[in-house]
Amino acid sequence: MKNTPVKKKNIKWALHLYVAGKTQKAIIALRNLKIICEEQLKGNYHIEVIDLLKHPKLARTEQIIAIPTLIRKSPLPTKSIIGDLSNTEVILVSLGLAEPNQYRISQN
Amino acid sequence: MNKKTASFQRKVLPKSPTSIQGLDEITGGGLPKGRPTLVCGGAGCGKTLFAMEFIVRGATQFNEPGVFISFEESEKELTANVASLGFDLDNLVKNKKIWLENIRVERTEIEQSGEYDLEALFIRIHHAIESINAKRVVLDTIEILFSGLPNPQILRAELQRLLGWLKRKGITTIITAERGDGSLTRQGLEEYVSDCVILLDHRVNDQSSIRRLRIVKYRGSTHGTNEYPFLIDEDGFSVLPVTSLGLNYSTSAERISTGIPRLDTMLSGKGYFRGSTVLVSGTAGTGKTSIAAQFVATACKRKERVLYFTFEESPGQLIRNMCSIGINLEPWVKKGLLQFHATRPTLYGLETHLTTSIKLINKFAPSVVILDPINAFVTGDNQTEVKSMLLRLVDFLKMKRCTAFFTSLTSAGENMEISDVYISSLIDTWLLLRDIEIGGERNRGLYVLKSRGMAHSNQIREFKLTNDGIELLDVYVGPEGVLTGSARLSQETKDEAVQLLRRQEIVRKQFALERRREAKDAQMVLLQSEFDAEESEALKVIGIEKARNERFVQDKAKMAKSRKGDVYMKKSIITKKK
Repeated sequence: MKNTPVKKKNIKWALHLYVAGKTQKAIIALRNLKIICEEQLKGNYHIEVIDLLKHPKLARTEQIIAIPTLIRKSPLPTKSIIGDLSNTEVILVSLGLAEPNQYRISQN
Repeated sequence: MNKKTASFQRKVLPKSPTSIQGLDEITGGGLPKGRPTLVCGGAGCGKTLFAMEFIVRGATQFNEPGVFISFEESEKELTANVASLGFDLDNLVKNKKIWLENIRVERTEIEQSGEYDLEALFIRIHHAIESINAKRVVLDTIEILFSGLPNPQILRAELQRLLGWLKRKGITTIITAERGDGSLTRQGLEEYVSDCVILLDHRVNDQSSIRRLRIVKYRGSTHGTNEYPFLIDEDGFSVLPVTSLGLNYSTSAERISTGIPRLDTMLSGKGYFRGSTVLVSGTAGTGKTSIAAQFVATACKRKERVLYFTFEESPGQLIRNMCSIGINLEPWVKKGLLQFHATRPTLYGLETHLTTSIKLINKFAPSVVILDPINAFVTGDNQTEVKSMLLRLVDFLKMKRCTAFFTSLTSAGENMEISDVYISSLIDTWLLLRDIEIGGERNRGLYVLKSRGMAHSNQIREFKLTNDGIELLDVYVGPEGVLTGSARLSQETKDEAVQLLRRQEIVRKQFALERRREAKDAQMVLLQSEFDAEESEALKVIGIEKARNERFVQDKAKMAKSRKGDVYMKKSIITKKK
């Protein structure tokens, strides 16, 4: 069961976090992301924070409408999660770091 | 107080013209400037096109660059879709007149974790507006966000914020939305857009579709409240506020020829009034189209433009058929003076017919418009609707000072005046063609049922289609009644025979008289000769008698002499006589 997540750990993870200025939500999101990455992908990840106020064109090319948006650029396929990343379960599952049921079971 | 009212200036809400045909008329100038407008309607009712035309017209005609944010179609699809309407989006985008942006939201690709906002959307719209200095923005169909993004509460709040933000920026915005069950939009967007709401509708009546537009609300402005039919065709979107037309058109005293000299004579010698409405009604095959064609040909000869709506025949067939009575319409078509528009009445609904007709009339600017025949619109029980449509068309044509010429087929057996009575009030000149059936044949009769403003003839004329066009003949009116066709001919022949007989009788009488004279003369000759004979006989007798008498005297004298009588005197007398 743990095979899939372990495999992913071998690849260098590239995570882009799109924000619009240093808003409350942006700060929370970055903090949450960092915690998760440290727990799950220690040393094997790279977080890039992109401020759309400075690079508005990127919003179009990346099809971003909500802030904050986290995009997993690598490994493929790309995944996107919106929100301040406060729900850890959703992030782990959608990034492929945990099986849908696994987290809930271990919590129990 | 007076001063106060005087200083108070009536402020007209600033409006952003759409240049969509007819819409600016019913909105009193366009959409509210710097405010959002909601355009809602069901699938396929033309929301995207409406919005796109607003943007394109703004960019091309009012120098107001526009941003078109599409949540459904990609930039490429949009460009291709509206290219057929003659909008060159590629070029407009290149020239920074229009900004196209597709915002794609895939529910399956997005996960939500915690609170979010739509700041990125704001940034994108802001960037687009700044890039081309836009004055107009379209968000087509923003409701897609509700299916694409989780948490509707957040979305609602964000949309409200977005609209407020656009309003503060003074951007004229159109938001399109799908119509919902029992409400204007599925997500209740009308709650946020309170300035102007336009409802588009596409319904099917009797198997033909009608598009209608209604302004549900327009804050701070008067507006037309009716449902207005609209069209989407190769020229884009057009609304026809035909219900708002009135009776305040100017009239003309000019007269135009009907193309049939005798008919002109029947209409007090000059023909129809220009800009009047003419109806020719009659049963099948009485020559309604022929009268129309003759009128068309004459109008074209005067170098006037004619628009011919035919609902039963194709233009080719009509031209061919008219050639058979010596009316050749083809040269006029080639010269561009005559334009045919052939459609089946069932092709689309009455309103669409009306809007199409009005569009074509506006485009071609004819001075004569033919509708052949109008009763083709009547199916079942829709006479009132047909009348209302014709009423609006007639009003429109009168405003344009077009002479309208309608034909109408009346069903045989019915009282002909009655079957067209529903439009009678619209008609200025009404010609009636009827079959006159006598002696096993049908002939055409024509009479003027009414003609407003002129002293028209009350006579029935026989109406003949000849190789050289239409001919009107006097019908036979005599002791035998009103006769037409062969009956008229035979009656005329009969009359002629009677006359011939009379002439012959006279000749005969004259001849007889002559004979009498000759007889008399002969008699006279005979008498003369008899007389002569008698006379000569008589003379002979007289001579003999005389001679005898002489002898007698001589004998007497001789006797006296011999007797020695005194008869000297007598003797001398006798000798004297001899």
